[in-house]
Amino acid sequence: MELELKGITKRFGSLVANDRIDLSVSPGQVHALLGENGAGKTTLMNVLYGLLQPDEGEILLDGRSVQFHSPKDAIAAGIGMVHQHFMLVPVFTVAENVTLGKEEIHPSGLLDRRKARRDVRELSKRYGLEVDPDALVEDLPVGIQQRVEIIKALVRDASVLILDEPTAVLTPAETNDLFRIIRQLKDGGTSVVFISHKLKEVQAIADTITVLRRGAVVGDKPPSATEDELAAMMVGRNVQLVVSKDAARPGDVVLDVEDLTVADETGRVWVNGMSFQVRAGEILGLAGVQGNGQTELCEALLGLRPIASGHIRLNGRDLTRGTPRQRLNAGVAYVPEDRQEDGLVGAFSVADNMILDSYDRPPFSSGINLHLGAIASNAAMRVQEFDVRTQSADTPVGTLSGGNQQKVILARELGREHKVLVASQPTRGLDVGSIEFVHRRIVQQRDHGVAVLIVSSELDEIYALADRIAVMYEGRITGFRPPSVPVEELGLLMAGSEVPGAAEAEAPAAEQSGAGESS
Amino acid sequence: MSEQVPPGLPEPSASGGSATATKREEKTEASRRSFGSIVRESILEGNSVTVIFLAILTAIVIGGLLNAFTNTKVLHAWGNLFSAPGAAIAQAWDTAIGAYVALFEGSIFNPHTVAALFQQASFSTAVHDGFLAAVFNPLSETCVQATPLLLAGLAVALPYQAGMFNIGAQSQFIGGAILGTYLGYGVSLPPVIHVIVCALGGFVGGAVLGWVVGELKARTGAHEVITTIMLNYIMAYLLSFLLGNVMQRPGRSDLISPVIAGDAHLWHLFGSTLRINAGFLIALACAFGLWWLLYRTTTGFEFRAIGKNPSAARVAGMNVERSWVLVMLIAGGLAGLAGSGVIQGTESSLNFQTYGTFGFDAITVALLGLGRPLGVVLASLLFGAFHAGAPLMQSQTNTSVEIVQVLEALIVMFVAAPPLIRAIYRLRAARAAGVAGLTGKGLA
Repeated sequence: MELELKGITKRFGSLVANDRIDLSVSPGQVHALLGENGAGKTTLMNVLYGLLQPDEGEILLDGRSVQFHSPKDAIAAGIGMVHQHFMLVPVFTVAENVTLGKEEIHPSGLLDRRKARRDVRELSKRYGLEVDPDALVEDLPVGIQQRVEIIKALVRDASVLILDEPTAVLTPAETNDLFRIIRQLKDGGTSVVFISHKLKEVQAIADTITVLRRGAVVGDKPPSATEDELAAMMVGRNVQLVVSKDAARPGDVVLDVEDLTVADETGRVWVNGMSFQVRAGEILGLAGVQGNGQTELCEALLGLRPIASGHIRLNGRDLTRGTPRQRLNAGVAYVPEDRQEDGLVGAFSVADNMILDSYDRPPFSSGINLHLGAIASNAAMRVQEFDVRTQSADTPVGTLSGGNQQKVILARELGREHKVLVASQPTRGLDVGSIEFVHRRIVQQRDHGVAVLIVSSELDEIYALADRIAVMYEGRITGFRPPSVPVEELGLLMAGSEVPGAAEAEAPAAEQSGAGESS
Repeated sequence: MSEQVPPGLPEPSASGGSATATKREEKTEASRRSFGSIVRESILEGNSVTVIFLAILTAIVIGGLLNAFTNTKVLHAWGNLFSAPGAAIAQAWDTAIGAYVALFEGSIFNPHTVAALFQQASFSTAVHDGFLAAVFNPLSETCVQATPLLLAGLAVALPYQAGMFNIGAQSQFIGGAILGTYLGYGVSLPPVIHVIVCALGGFVGGAVLGWVVGELKARTGAHEVITTIMLNYIMAYLLSFLLGNVMQRPGRSDLISPVIAGDAHLWHLFGSTLRINAGFLIALACAFGLWWLLYRTTTGFEFRAIGKNPSAARVAGMNVERSWVLVMLIAGGLAGLAGSGVIQGTESSLNFQTYGTFGFDAITVALLGLGRPLGVVLASLLFGAFHAGAPLMQSQTNTSVEIVQVLEALIVMFVAAPPLIRAIYRLRAARAAGVAGLTGKGLA
């Protein structure tokens, strides 16, 4: 089926979310929509899926003009959508979820569960989806849940499948599986609209790339276009994907983690006898596939999780038993992995979030009295310094874009006196411009003599920032490497094999080179 | 009142355009929260002042209709609809309006009392004979009724701000009333000191119960809704036990406590004929104090941050558990103060009628007041007026007092369902916000 969008315009008040967008998707093609957060990708797809009505423009299917008043119309016309946040009932089985809203009735008048299961199995087999129709959705990992969403669309005979930021929640391995599935769908004649802001993925999977910026189409590119070219189109200027930085000048050990073991309530050990040190003026990049204890390590470093054994020292001072407040006061700056859940109070203003962990100190308060003037002037200063794009400092932080939210957190954490910066997934979900900003700030911190620990599952980020790389696997460090290490070797370490590498830079003190930028 | 919403707090807006933004933010927030908190948020934060106003208006209209069509005279007239259609409608109108006029006269201002005042020979005899007091009596009664509602309403509003639902204002109220009453008749103290000791006793009596709830939640994770409901039963039965034994008034066989000492009574503000007393001022001062605590102190900053996002509060180094305990302790104290205030202000002794359902009405007052101190003040005055005017309405127009409860229920129902009000009055915000919610990511 040939899908064409002509001159689609959608306004929200004074904001033009989509400005005369033209797009055409041929059958059996993977068409990527690339753009920063807020570029209008999702709005456009919501128009196509019948969730929003366009103010102008039309949708053509095989040359015929159609109007979708609701997703029901869109589904009937053969358009399927997998949302960024899945629309599944967790306590239902896969087959029940797939059949929901399109229940098959047996001649006896009962639900035909058998047919539902058969449909799931058949589709799984045809596209290599491998889903057990009887599994409960809540027991499935995110990657498999996404497959259930895809099956849901296919059962409804979707010939155009929209995937909204499908890789945002996936591990690298799951992403590879998804790409395999997308290729199989393509071979079967289904068109796929792939929405993303990740350049590499778009290049890997798309047949055509349409770049959106500020609600308008900037242009179409083949996947052979270079990364720099695409990034420049996305943000409207040239972006440095590699952070320029001088060689590190490591000083004394600031953060000293010794034989640390962390377990959860059920007794499962997440961090298993880990030891590492971070020196003043260096960035230690902790690489590894998500779910290997990174989250637990960071929480233990801040004191949010009890430590079973081992020690954490900051400038020689033992903080193993300290509360989060004591550690923050001792000089830990912390950028949490999940900024909306752990980093910000969404309903609070930008100004209040800027003092979320320093409200109890001068100049923001004395005794229990808050000094509103100091809070406001601090906010005004930091908004300017960190280029936070917000209507005012009184705007609820939850309404800002992800990049601006992260800037608020950075402004807060770097504004306090600190000796070590622990940043977990500091650029997850951010657009290129914000990533560049965050990276520059982190390198700046290092140059000012702060010890920096970056935890990231994005290897690009590790390579761009780290002066030394440690790889974490199942709660242990499988090796330290200089940033010149080849990706293949990191891959092996991330998979758990302890490569007795000749290049093993075991003694961190001896390592002065460090700053090579391989990618 | 010098109270106002501080600049740092997002104000639910009344205008269509920016209401969309507020709603959008709330939706994205809501998707990551528990069911309970979504319900609470949608009741307390999905409202603008416009919606509240329209909810009250709608409730009054429906209450009027209900009143008109349950009146026997109206029903009789309605039977002759075809012979005399005008009479049926006129009768219905008269009944509905008559009831509300009486309600107004009983709670705010009654022109007859002014007429009576001017018929007196001289002003000084009029004052002496209580005619001037009669003019202000309705307002005085409204304040008297509003006082416990205000204090207990604050006891629900504060935990709401800190992310908790205090269903136990009733038990805390009883706790305060028990201790306040005991100190009122059981000890003898100098005049001024006695009043203060009784009031403090009320605060402590409620605070202990609140503290138990907070401590259980902090240490064991026991949900405050469950523990407060259970404590409501426990305190009701404890009260019945005490009134039948150690606290029973000598010489009585029914459940009633001794009368508190004269010097434990709260001072009357405008002479002894008007029941309005210092309790009302104390309640207003508590509302102001709570506003100051919430929006001007580090403690309040912690409370609000914990209420909006406990995990971020924890990461920011706040002691969430300690705050839960402190919040419930203060809330319990406020409800307890309401309890002793009723005894010291108007009732003089404790029995099963004195405490009524203030603790439960407090929940509706806090809901209507959007969980904010100023809102609670206004809501408690409204409900206080309803309670104060109801007896006159019944005696003058033969309308049953229960219509007041119907009104309260309708108001809360409409406040709890903002989309309903928006639909009735075709407010624009509803549609735009609905779409934004549907798209999941909002408009950004």
